[in-house]
Amino acid sequence: MNLTLKVWRQKNASDKGDFKTYKISGISADMSFLEMLDVLNEDLSDKGEDPVHFDHDCREGICGMCSLYINGQPHGPNQTTTCQLHMRSFKDGDTITIEPWRARAFPIVKDLVVDRSAFDRIIQSGGYVSVNTGGVPDANEIPIPKVIADEAFDSATCIACGACVAACKNASAMLFVSAKISQLALLPQGKVEKRGRAEKMVAQMDAEGFGACTNTGACSAECPKEIKQSNIARMNREYFTASVSTEKV
Amino acid sequence: MKLNSKIPSGPLAEKWTNHKFNIKLVNPANKRKYEIIVVGTGLAGASAAASLAELGYNVKAFCFQDSPRRAHSIAAQGGINAAKNYQNDGDSVFRLFYDTIKGGDYRSREGNVYRLAQVSVNIIDQCVAQGVPFAREYGGLLANRSFGGAQVSRTFYARGQTGQQLLLGAYSALSRQVANGKVKLYPRTEMMDVVVVDGKARGIVTRNLITGAIESHSAHAVLLCTGGYGNVFFLSTNAMGSNVTAAWRAHKKGAFFSNPCYTQIHPTCIPVSGDHQSKLTLMSESLRNDGRVWVPKTIEIAEKLRKREIAPRDIKEEDRDYYLETKYPSFGNLVPRDVASRNAKHVCDEGRGVNETGEAVFLDFRDAILRDGEDAVRGKYGNLFDMYQQITGENPYKTPMKIYPAVHYTMGGLWVDYNLMTTVPGLYALGEANFSDHGANRLGASALMQGLADGYFVAPYTVGDYLAGLSYEKVPEEHPEFRKAEDEVKARVKQLLEINGSKTVDHFHKKLGKIMWNHCGMARNAAGLTKAKEMIRALKEEFWSDVKVLGTGEELNLSLEKAHRVADFLELGELMVEDALHRNESCGGHFRDEYQTPEGEALRDDENFAYVAAWEYLGDGKDEALHKEELVFENVKLTQRSYK
Ligand SMILES: Cc1cc2nc3c(=O)[nH]c(=O)nc-3n(C[C@H](O)[C@H](O)[C@H](O)COP(=O)(O)OP(=O)(O)OC[C@H]3O[C@@H](n4cnc5c(N)ncnc54)[C@H](O)[C@@H]3O)c2cc1C
Ligand code: FES
Repeated sequence: MNLTLKVWRQKNASDKGDFKTYKISGISADMSFLEMLDVLNEDLSDKGEDPVHFDHDCREGICGMCSLYINGQPHGPNQTTTCQLHMRSFKDGDTITIEPWRARAFPIVKDLVVDRSAFDRIIQSGGYVSVNTGGVPDANEIPIPKVIADEAFDSATCIACGACVAACKNASAMLFVSAKISQLALLPQGKVEKRGRAEKMVAQMDAEGFGACTNTGACSAECPKEIKQSNIARMNREYFTASVSTEKV
Repeated sequence: MKLNSKIPSGPLAEKWTNHKFNIKLVNPANKRKYEIIVVGTGLAGASAAASLAELGYNVKAFCFQDSPRRAHSIAAQGGINAAKNYQNDGDSVFRLFYDTIKGGDYRSREGNVYRLAQVSVNIIDQCVAQGVPFAREYGGLLANRSFGGAQVSRTFYARGQTGQQLLLGAYSALSRQVANGKVKLYPRTEMMDVVVVDGKARGIVTRNLITGAIESHSAHAVLLCTGGYGNVFFLSTNAMGSNVTAAWRAHKKGAFFSNPCYTQIHPTCIPVSGDHQSKLTLMSESLRNDGRVWVPKTIEIAEKLRKREIAPRDIKEEDRDYYLETKYPSFGNLVPRDVASRNAKHVCDEGRGVNETGEAVFLDFRDAILRDGEDAVRGKYGNLFDMYQQITGENPYKTPMKIYPAVHYTMGGLWVDYNLMTTVPGLYALGEANFSDHGANRLGASALMQGLADGYFVAPYTVGDYLAGLSYEKVPEEHPEFRKAEDEVKARVKQLLEINGSKTVDHFHKKLGKIMWNHCGMARNAAGLTKAKEMIRALKEEFWSDVKVLGTGEELNLSLEKAHRVADFLELGELMVEDALHRNESCGGHFRDEYQTPEGEALRDDENFAYVAAWEYLGDGKDEALHKEELVFENVKLTQRSYK
């Protein structure tokens, strides 16, 4: 198929950036979206133009490295990651607009590459169980009901791609933060520190400049891992119980 | 140089305990005076960095992704082994040890493998304590499954995302140490060289991938946890960025490289669909528990399939060849990976492949769906089936999956002793980057186990032993050796940018991949390997005179990053071929056409080849020197591997 691509080009963080239009042909339906961009980049390189920079690594929908705002939707039309999106989702002659994630807390590095280290700092603020290596009990010492373990898993499956932030008109990170808080609050191992954890992670989230949550649900609607909105409700519960209890951090 | 593996003496079961007692300790108050560099934040790196920091050492952790959580380990699907015997099905430390040695076709060290089996049980405890949501039974206890060539259920899993959950556990421990100020993170930073001063590893030189800045980092010890080199084949199941650069740079600074030709070709991957393909996708091996592998009995039927004149479901039962079940009645579809892959290649070479390219076999769930119902199958494999449909556009509930082997894992790597130290004192290699535990073939669910064993439970002891004999003084980053290494890296960047040739980096990478796959892949022979060596040399020359790398060195520049990696792959490729050529036997993932049993199975030569090949770099353009570490088997009897 033949396509027209409108791609955001920006040399570096301080450059203003704008859209450039490229024509591309010979794209097959079996190609992934990123393979289509590979073809574009080979073309550009042949012409001596700087290739379009974008983040990617596993190309299997699990590392969370790929991003891209495609035709106004994070990761494009299907509820998958961009690397799992295939060109059979597009038609010959389509025009595709490709932008980076746009959020104050995710500054643009170059072209379509953004800096998501704010997510790492949020996890560093409390997204863990405080255990050292060694000296832990036998794995089967604490039975965990299967439904609880499964629910925790559903939250733990977040890949930190940032689509939730990109989808939200306020660029809120609530879905990401609440998924980690829920996973750990559900499991007995994580319960011990759950209150302090919620407070610390929310404080860090605010400090990073993410926006407020107004419950539009755009985040979970776009999440490639189908992280549920109920995580946000659970997080709010944890957070408010923490702030009214004496267990301040 | 005589290789000393430093395996402790004494009975197998007591080696590690005795060793831990005998090694030197660093006083808790003095640990903060030492600085340790950990390159890589996959399972091996993240677990090592976190554990060392918890002990009190100062750690610097590096990765090329934008976050440590995105290391390639995240993509592991199937599970992690541990000799817990929770299922009461006869598993034990000794059985896991035995299976691993046998599975590796008797080309690994007894001492290392036994220790791996011993600490496997601690790994599961550690991960559960961190909040890793492993699969559980209704009674609330942990669930297990059997996996890739094992007859006991010892594999722990978290749906099809085990690597993700284990890595997020290790990443959370690492993040906690970042918050404690004990680990400093350097994401989007690529290690370009190791710095050796007075014979000891004293630091690294890195390139900041955003600014292009070349920087020096001094330390008391350097741990390379940089993963495997499967991407030398261009197409593999590895992440796009996986590379050999760190290990290769270390090799050129004196670390021996072992068994480079041992490559694992995974039997269940989605077949190649066209020239545009950038990577291959693994379909978890767990699918072989319920899927049946087959091809048509005759070439004629296969041809009709390829021309789409008939559909797979039209083929009658008596016209189907369930070749694994027939050939290996006791293991059936669950034979180890090398055996399954080779047989797939064999039936396709006969002309019985089932897709347009002729390079695919069926993995069929029809009978499992009839037996257990579609819902049960969806419950077990739903996410994998979805992924398959996403990529191929075909519905595996209705029509059999098509699979073909693909490069997946590299058993070879930097030579290390029992302490995981390379031949350069102070330089360690952990995880897939070393060669240590899997011999010539790795069993399913054992790489995650090894990465975490090395990082959580081995290196924290053995690195301490080394540091205890070292002064607190750090080599200043202004030292001439650091300056020299920096200058070399800068010169290389400049050289790559100045060639300004006519072909892209990917062009060379694809060409190299084809050479490796055709001549050093699932089956090799002397004539092909000799030819491959010439071809790689010529390609390397062409690369250095005709590659086109655009942009500058002072910015985010993906083609420059790739050019560095491909340049190293070109050198590694030649060594792999050399290694495959010298090993005149077949074992595990290394299958030489000339050495097979009458039934077509791998024919080992224990008399002449029961050793680890360790290659020493002698300078550009020179042949590498071969060193041999003899393998001594005191606890298992070497037999012809049989899965009949
Ligand atoms: C698709 C797939 C599925 C798998 N499934 C399983 C499974 O079910 N069970 C199992 O046991 N094994 C499985 N494996 C194998 C297993 O995942 C890997 O062997 C293992 O995760 C490797 O871990 P590691 O820590 O050694 O390296 P990696 O996870 O590869 O990490 C390498 C790290 O090194 C860094 N790095 C590399 N080079 C440099 C450099 N020059 N400078 C700076 N940083 C660098 C990277 O950024 C990264 O952080 C699977 C592999 C694949 C490909
Ligand atoms: S590249 Fe890893 S999720 Fe898309």
